[in-house]
Amino acid sequence: MTSITLRVNGKQVTASVEPRLLLVELLRENLHLTGTHVGCDTSQCGACTVFVDGASMKSCTMLAVEADGREVTTIEGIAAKDGTLHPMQAAFKECHGLQCGFCTPGMVISSIDLLKRKKDPSEHEIREWLEGNICRCTGYHGIVKAVQHCAKNGGAGAVGDATKKESTNA
Amino acid sequence: MLEAKMGQPIRRKEDQRFLTGKGQYVDDLKRPNQTYAYILRSQVAHARITGIDISAAEQMPGVVAIFLGKDVEADKIGTLPCGWLVTGKTGPMVEPPHPMLVTDTIRHVGDSILMVVADTKDQAKAAAQACVVDYDMLPVVASIAAARAEGAPNVWEQAPGNLCYDWEIGDRAATDAGFAKAHKIVTIEITNNRLVPNAMEPRAAIGEYDSGTGDYTLWTTSQNPHLIRLLMAAFTLHVPEHKLRVVAPDVGGGFGSKIFHYAEEVLVTWAAQKVGRPVKWTCERFESFVTDAHGRDHVSTGRVALSKEGDFLAMDFDTHANMGAYLQLFAPSVATYLYAPLLGGVYKTPAIHVNVKAYFTHTTPVDAYRGAGRPEATYLLERLVEKAAREMNMDSIEIRRRNMITTDMFPYQTPLAFQYDTGNFQATLDMALEAIDYKGFEARRKEALGRGKLRGLGFSTYVEACGIAPSAVAGSLGARAGLFEQATVRVNPTGSVTLFTGTHSHGQGHETTFAQIVADQFGIPMENIEHSHGDTAKTAFGMGSYGSRSLPVGGSAIIKATAKVIEKGKKIAAHMLEADVADIEFKDGNFTVKGTDKAKAFGEIAFAAYVPHNYPLLTLEPGLEEQAYYDPLNFTFPGGTHIVEVEIDPETGVVKVVDVAVADDVGTIVNPMIVDGQIQGGLAQGIGQALLEEAAYDEDGQLLTASFMNYTMPRAGDFPFFKVGNHATPCTHNPLGVKGVGECGAIGVPPAVINSVLDALWSLGVRDMSMPASPQKVWRAIQEAKAKGTSADAE
Ligand code: FES
Ligand code: FES
Repeated sequence: MTSITLRVNGKQVTASVEPRLLLVELLRENLHLTGTHVGCDTSQCGACTVFVDGASMKSCTMLAVEADGREVTTIEGIAAKDGTLHPMQAAFKECHGLQCGFCTPGMVISSIDLLKRKKDPSEHEIREWLEGNICRCTGYHGIVKAVQHCAKNGGAGAVGDATKKESTNA
Repeated sequence: MLEAKMGQPIRRKEDQRFLTGKGQYVDDLKRPNQTYAYILRSQVAHARITGIDISAAEQMPGVVAIFLGKDVEADKIGTLPCGWLVTGKTGPMVEPPHPMLVTDTIRHVGDSILMVVADTKDQAKAAAQACVVDYDMLPVVASIAAARAEGAPNVWEQAPGNLCYDWEIGDRAATDAGFAKAHKIVTIEITNNRLVPNAMEPRAAIGEYDSGTGDYTLWTTSQNPHLIRLLMAAFTLHVPEHKLRVVAPDVGGGFGSKIFHYAEEVLVTWAAQKVGRPVKWTCERFESFVTDAHGRDHVSTGRVALSKEGDFLAMDFDTHANMGAYLQLFAPSVATYLYAPLLGGVYKTPAIHVNVKAYFTHTTPVDAYRGAGRPEATYLLERLVEKAAREMNMDSIEIRRRNMITTDMFPYQTPLAFQYDTGNFQATLDMALEAIDYKGFEARRKEALGRGKLRGLGFSTYVEACGIAPSAVAGSLGARAGLFEQATVRVNPTGSVTLFTGTHSHGQGHETTFAQIVADQFGIPMENIEHSHGDTAKTAFGMGSYGSRSLPVGGSAIIKATAKVIEKGKKIAAHMLEADVADIEFKDGNFTVKGTDKAKAFGEIAFAAYVPHNYPLLTLEPGLEEQAYYDPLNFTFPGGTHIVEVEIDPETGVVKVVDVAVADDVGTIVNPMIVDGQIQGGLAQGIGQALLEEAAYDEDGQLLTASFMNYTMPRAGDFPFFKVGNHATPCTHNPLGVKGVGECGAIGVPPAVINSVLDALWSLGVRDMSMPASPQKVWRAIQEAKAKGTSADAE
């Protein structure tokens, strides 16, 4: 067992983990952050996408110990603390970018990351960027529309308001 | 007065929880002191088990129990039932047993051998892998061709030649007479590729047993929890329904694959009682590739007899369908009743005959997958019609128009049992042609050619059958269940409403659509309506969501229940307003005495029903909750036109879908945003089938495409935005006039894609293309055509 300390959605977390534990397992099983989903076992689907130090990352491709000392934001930490949806979440709702909701957390995070890197991506760039996120429900129509909508209406902005320092032990 | 909600693109109520990570899917649930199950799956397709040694595994850390097929048998657990008995020309289908865990013979890769229950998931998996299974390999039939081959080994002794049934529909003599008169006969041979549904949420199940009450609970990824409870009570677990609760919470997509009753549902529930702790099982993606029921897998021949002018005189079809190793819940009906009657399509062909032979193979069972039979029919028919146009030297649109059922012909009795109630196929064709800018196509083709690219335009029309089904009709055709739907409308004392339905939403947005219906019926705001579904402890009964039935059948039950509430409300209002019931009208949320301003609001009536101080107690019970069952009078028949434009790079064979325009008639629309979303999602799956997806087996029965690394799931970059148009002719036999929309995207579009690919390659001499039209196949076809030196002019 290895002891790790990281920040998850603005809170400091200390956990004792097996070296083989995946970040997605730490989030889901130990921290009960079940918004991060597992859709495959080959790192293809993107349902597990989270932010690690501000960059989107498939949390099934990373060991929990690798997240030691880093800042992780999951879908639960994307909206403001008062519950106001992040502009990308609001855009997904507005443009019907989700149906069953299973791919949605990964899609939202990946899309926010795109707009952080590129303010006004073309339709082609959006579609290429989302290559690592599979959705079986929407045909991507509403998802791409949502990213465009968000870009047009002021962009993605910051996620959550993860400034407060709190700590929990997992 | 509240604005009407019907027809409005209201944003979804359910989105909030999904967008914030608060959805509750089965794998998100944790029961106190739960254990984890891992099921050992066969890695070979056909073998006789000679021994299973679990002694080492039993000693491994964390192992709670290991269960074998014989343990299941010893407890008299039943085998998985088939829900539809197809009777063929020579008698009923062969219906082999489908055990939870095999005891002696393995029949496909993924067949379940044993289940380990342990304290953690890793421990369960490690122990399962430490179990030693000895077996003798047996010969394999992994395809329809192999199953039909002379001297092929039998998957089941009781099914010689691997034949499950040999079934026909239609008038053979009339069809032969049509062919006898033919000016020209056009024939096509087609394979409909096998697909893996791949809902993004893998299947999962948690079983729990309360030794204090003797109650069992199962949480499962299901489209129809009541049906699962019924099957478990009657056929598999043998725990009566009042002691068994089945919950399907948020479910991450189904597309048919989560209709069926799977062994894991029984195993975890049964094992929970055995080990005295909850048992949780979550499918790994590899497992879902080999254990979720697959879709399609037909090999067919179609023929059309044409007059000199291009009229369809008769058609006949000969289909071989792959059932896989076992009969999954609805599989026999998918290749017969849900398939063959749709081969009439939008056309007035007077005589049609269809023969279907179903075969067992050593592959994962096949069952309903988005469209279930109708995509197979549409693909065969529309490829045939296109070929007929080419061979008759007729325009693709003209041949379709010429043979289309016209609006004055409804209700239209097809020669294949169905009676279409309404439709306007010409209107959808015109609409789609307009949307794709048909007139501008030749200019676009030329422009592309200038860049060295080949453009094609492909058409497809379709009719499908939804809203399954009139129970009596389904019963006479072999269905072993009723197919009505139930809804309960509970008006709470303060006038808010809780709606309980037997249908289940796993992406379709029922919580919004159904609330729109109830809001309009009662004249109350959407926020005052809560929709509860997916829990047998809450909803009385229901057959679930599949076959695009939730709105046509389930929605009709909701309307019936709300009408009962209003009827009772009128009686309460009449008493309170001291008027005659006949004089009370209900409008915009108020019960009013006709011609006066005396009125009681909906909320006041609700309150009076629960606080009956001034209430007709002698003639009316208190409370305001009504239940309704609705059994449909007929199927519903959505239809439409799908047009696809592709551009092919002849150097690489890559097919790029540049435009998709569809016009569908799904009847009255409650929420156009949700309807369009359903069509867009279906289109993606249909285009995926046509260009990308295939469950490919080798001769040994190994699934070569058993992960997202080699089964090509459609990605965002594979599509343009879809142009989705609607042309509604309301259904004539249900109260909302709705027809169902869940599947039409996947039904109409595959032949449009392939017809488009062939259109692009026609001038090079390419005459056939199978799905998926992968770059390699397209490139090869181009090279072969070039080598042959054929060209369109030469024919
Ligand atoms: S779970 Fe599929 S990519 Fe991580
Ligand atoms: S919304 Fe269901 S997988 Fe994307």
